[in-house]
Amino acid sequence: MDERRDFSHFVRGPVDGLLTLDLILVNGDCAACFNDIEAKALAIPGVEQARVNITHGRMTVVWRQDASSASVIMDQLARSGYPAQPFQPQKAEAAEAARASHLLKCLAVASFAAMNIMLLSVSVWSGGEMDITSETRDFFHGLSALIALPAAAYAGRPFFTSALTGLRARRMNMDVPISLGIVLALGMSVFETLAHREHAYFDSAMMLLAFLLFGRVLEQFVKQRTRVAAGNIAALKGAMAQRIEPDGSLVLVPVDSLAPGDEVWLLAGERAPADAVVVSGASSLDESVITGETRRREVSAGAAIYAGSLNFEGVLRLRVSKAGAASLIDDVASLVEKAAQARSHYRRLADRAARLYAPLVHTSAALTAVGWLVVGASLHDAMIYAIAVLIITCPCALALAVPAVQVVAAGRLFRAGVFLNTPEALERLSEIDTVVFDKTGTLTQPCAQVVNRLDLSEDLLAAAASLSRSSHHPLAVALAVCTAGEMIADAREVSGAGVKAMVDGQVWRLGSAAFCDIPEWAQPAPLSASVLYIRRGDAHAPVIIDQMLRPDAVAVVARLRAKGFPVAILSGDHAAAVGAVAAQLGVSDWRAGLKPAEKIAAIESMKASGRRVLMVGDGLNDAPALAAAHASMSPVCAVELAQAQADAVFLGERLGPVVEAIATARLAKRLMQQNLALSVIYNAIAAPLAVLGYVTPIIAAAAMSGSSILVTLNALRAGGTPMKAGEAASSQSPEIGAPAAAAQRGLA
Amino acid sequence: MNVLVFMAPLAICLGLIGLLAFVWSLRNGQYDDVKGAAHRILSDDDLPK
Repeated sequence: MDERRDFSHFVRGPVDGLLTLDLILVNGDCAACFNDIEAKALAIPGVEQARVNITHGRMTVVWRQDASSASVIMDQLARSGYPAQPFQPQKAEAAEAARASHLLKCLAVASFAAMNIMLLSVSVWSGGEMDITSETRDFFHGLSALIALPAAAYAGRPFFTSALTGLRARRMNMDVPISLGIVLALGMSVFETLAHREHAYFDSAMMLLAFLLFGRVLEQFVKQRTRVAAGNIAALKGAMAQRIEPDGSLVLVPVDSLAPGDEVWLLAGERAPADAVVVSGASSLDESVITGETRRREVSAGAAIYAGSLNFEGVLRLRVSKAGAASLIDDVASLVEKAAQARSHYRRLADRAARLYAPLVHTSAALTAVGWLVVGASLHDAMIYAIAVLIITCPCALALAVPAVQVVAAGRLFRAGVFLNTPEALERLSEIDTVVFDKTGTLTQPCAQVVNRLDLSEDLLAAAASLSRSSHHPLAVALAVCTAGEMIADAREVSGAGVKAMVDGQVWRLGSAAFCDIPEWAQPAPLSASVLYIRRGDAHAPVIIDQMLRPDAVAVVARLRAKGFPVAILSGDHAAAVGAVAAQLGVSDWRAGLKPAEKIAAIESMKASGRRVLMVGDGLNDAPALAAAHASMSPVCAVELAQAQADAVFLGERLGPVVEAIATARLAKRLMQQNLALSVIYNAIAAPLAVLGYVTPIIAAAAMSGSSILVTLNALRAGGTPMKAGEAASSQSPEIGAPAAAAQRGLA
Repeated sequence: MNVLVFMAPLAICLGLIGLLAFVWSLRNGQYDDVKGAAHRILSDDDLPK
């Protein structure tokens, strides 16, 4: 079949006759290869520019419109040993990058201002009362004001806008006391400068801004890296579909560019690219990704099928009914929405602290003013003392307390192969007390394995492995994925029967029992298992292929139990399959055949009995349950909707990252609480001094930077070495190894 | 001490130049591929052969 491919969906331009394509390098984790990759790309006729981004494992190629094409470039790269996948940078990713660079600019401006004002302030302080004339002091204060006011107006915007939105929504967030503190400190300092007085707080205000922005920048970097990693994973999964053109020819197009009404071919072993209706052909579908059910469904013309269904046998002609982002099952989508809404009421630790903290600080400032007035101070002095209270208690350490821990803990989780979707994921993960697993694809491996490997002789297994590489049949593909072997050049596929080849004068066959001339295997197999037959000369055997548990599933469940977490299984699969897995894992609390709404109900009833549930699942049918649970995790091979609902996504073949994530989250929570306690202690010492009027600018500067550094140092303790980081990274199955590696590249 | 009228603003201007240089480098995409920069400095394909 002569294939044409269409990558126009990904190509940008033309600008001056030049086209641009963004690529993700499949094996781009070789940092030293970039020279070679760029040289190979530039050697392709027509290519004008090629630039590898090693940090993200991506590459941008620019070529003359008339001299080359996207498919030629990709073929050439693949032939040079650097296969690449085209991708479209996502809007969300660009937005995160823009936000990061804005915050970085704010940080630069605030640090510049803080350092230069500190230069002037230190001069004033060390000048003391004697050695510095009041003119010089006023001059220095005036200069400080000239730097501080524009700098604060620019660098303070992230806080001011967030405080305003918070107030408009009648919600107290941490940015309200911060903004108020900064504005009052600057205002009072300007007033004092104009009145030729001694104390100005320009340095404190700017230092505060710089510290706080540092926290925000760290937080933003984590978010951005997560986006890049998620983008790489999505793009490497990026499937192609065979679209049937009006003239009957076939074009290979990226799934994203399919539109409703397009017709596509679905060969055996391929996944449906979009929700579609069968136009012609008949086959059986594996819908385990969508429903969790491992039994196959027979379909024929007129049947509706869902994106992600695996075509098991025949060739189907499909008409796309929904494509791209719209491709969801409607009732699942609405269930997800409802469940996610319920969870959005979750209040973050920092916000809860802010709600307690802000009124307390503002009242004590007001009481300070009143108190000083009562004992007979002037209005001016009373105001100064009140504002000093606000400045000294401005939640610098408090605002750093949580993000600093988040950044360090997220970094540790990255190394363990877990990345967080939401900032509050850590807090929610730390609070769970029950773990619920989905079965298919979560407890079991995403791809099937040979179950009776040990019963097969080496020769037979090798023959099966070699033959399987010449077939598109899903069972053969599954066999090829989980075995190692060389493809046999003259192997021939007999449609609907199997593969055969002549090797060293022997007939090798892989396929149905009749095809291999072997009696059917009589022993009962699990319902989800499939049997292939292999014949090598006179030797023959059945090859049983079934879903197997993830290698460390038993150990992980045992460890969770040992730590006191009850474990349950909620699956959409039939009872026999779930029961077998539950027995193997020693889990007594399991339910099978659940629909998405029933999974939610099961989780709601656990919630009602006061338990906080961590849901781990991968299928479309798990998505609502993931959204409803207190916290949720998905493996990297999960469907997009499930991943979007999960708090965290873990890479690799093992379940170990689930335990690591819980442990890290608990450690992080403890450190956050410690940090909050440190901030409270700091305030308990500093605030009374301010109330009594002992705080001068130099004391404010020392106290604030001291507490911020203390909190940051404490946060670093969340780093540590994650357990089994090496194991998680080294044991990826071939199918998901590439995206996982790419993701880790994005994160490293 | 009148010299301070020149010296202090001059010192601040020097700092300002540093700030502008940073903003320029940020706009110029110097931080887009930090790892890449570390490796590229080792490549010698710009030497005359």
